[in-house]
Amino acid sequence: MITFENVKKTFADGTEAIKGIDLHIEEGKLVALIGPSGCGKTTTMKMINKLIHPSSGTISINGKNIADRKDVDLRRDIGYVIQRIGLFPHMTIEDNVALIPKLKGIKKQEYLKRVDELLSLVGLEPSVFKKKYPLELSGGQQQRVGVVRALAGEPPIILMDEPFSALDPISREQLQAELKDLQKSIRKTIVFVTHDMDEALKVADEIVVMKDGSIEQIATPDELLRQPANDFVRSFIGEERIQSALNTFSPYTTKVTEIMDKSPEDSTEMPAIHAEADLKEAAEMMVDQNAQALQVIQDETMLGVIYKDRLLSKLAGIERGA
Amino acid sequence: MQFISDFWDVVIQRQDIIIEGAIEHLYLSFSAIVIAILISVPLGIFISRHQRVAEFYIGITAVFQTIPSLALFGFLVPILGIGFETALIALIIYALLPILRNTYTGITGVDQAVIEAGHGMGMTGTQILFKIELPLSLPFLMAGIRTATVLTVGIATLATFVGAGGLGDVIWRGLQSYNNELVLAGAIPVALLALSFDFILKLLEKYTTPKGVKLK
Repeated sequence: MITFENVKKTFADGTEAIKGIDLHIEEGKLVALIGPSGCGKTTTMKMINKLIHPSSGTISINGKNIADRKDVDLRRDIGYVIQRIGLFPHMTIEDNVALIPKLKGIKKQEYLKRVDELLSLVGLEPSVFKKKYPLELSGGQQQRVGVVRALAGEPPIILMDEPFSALDPISREQLQAELKDLQKSIRKTIVFVTHDMDEALKVADEIVVMKDGSIEQIATPDELLRQPANDFVRSFIGEERIQSALNTFSPYTTKVTEIMDKSPEDSTEMPAIHAEADLKEAAEMMVDQNAQALQVIQDETMLGVIYKDRLLSKLAGIERGA
Repeated sequence: MQFISDFWDVVIQRQDIIIEGAIEHLYLSFSAIVIAILISVPLGIFISRHQRVAEFYIGITAVFQTIPSLALFGFLVPILGIGFETALIALIIYALLPILRNTYTGITGVDQAVIEAGHGMGMTGTQILFKIELPLSLPFLMAGIRTATVLTVGIATLATFVGAGGLGDVIWRGLQSYNNELVLAGAIPVALLALSFDFILKLLEKYTTPKGVKLK
């Protein structure tokens, strides 16, 4: 969806903010850019809607170079949420949300309906909130409006620049959870800048770790915790998080393939379980069918067998050297 | 009591020159303010976008402001001669600073987060100016116009020295003829005009403050 090819940015004062990055952001993914301050994460994000222009390299959206598009047109197709919220204080919530649809020339009836839908989507009752002004709302409510304002123009892409970092911890957690749910229902491509590793691990499908204008690692939260690419990434994530991730064992996330015996004896009489199943499903099946072992099947081929003993020791946390 | 009835007699007797003076006074002040707004507001918008030169322009108007008003009229007479235009130009020069400075402060004082959001959402520079910056800075702008108006109405009294009429004429006649009642018959209307402009513009200032901003 969004592709960076050898993108560099040198500012007028000579600072090399971005030292040549290649990045591909897939459609429908929530990608977090993270790194210490000055690493270029915000610059990278702002190049997507041309608030900052790259010094060299190309950025394309759906294969089209964004340099060929008019700034204003491009931005109307990209939602934008900022840390300091930036709602227009002299306009009602309704007018704030309706601004981009209005600028895009969408019919009044249509966008008024959309405002109502969007406000309901983030739990703000339209009849109560739409005639209010931003300053009458709490910080968390304001940023909810900030998010739906970005959605109002129905952009396929949304950029979020540390959207929750100015909020109190409780609102922040709520909004992170809501964003995750929202992402599931609206399937937008979201680029999310943050400096908070917990936030990135919580909301992102993919995390891009940056340092000094370069990308250090691109990985899913799980991969990042289990296989940090280098010492910098490791220390940036924090030893504590890595350890706790390694130690957390959850029957919900461990796949049956992890404890399967790959060279079993005769397995023909055993009930079958698919390779994607987790340990909990395996345990349930064993109980239901009163089985001592299950065969693991993928695409109609048998991969191996899991035995009850092995499953029990795994669930109980009794690990014997394999 | 004697004084008040004497004063009243003078007002009745000389009502023709008082009314004429007041009309000239209003006309002069009003023209000066309108022209000063037409110069200062666009200039204020311009310097808010070119902040490097902002101090320079504000500095120039501030220097004008420091020239004593009577001296400024004095400077202008050798250049422009006497008459309405000379007074008008002097008054415009005085009205520039408050309006320029308030326009500039108002626009640059708009929360940068709001401007960034506007840009990021795809508003053009013109849309940001008219839909965000001007509405949000309007109360400041009105405050500047109010200051300038009160100032101008007061200084317009000096227009009489360059032969441009106004209520200054009435005061000056009174002074020359040692007629205190006549001096007051000119001075009181000037004060009343200034006060009522101040009052009306204050209401306007309140009215122009966007509703959502008042909540602060």
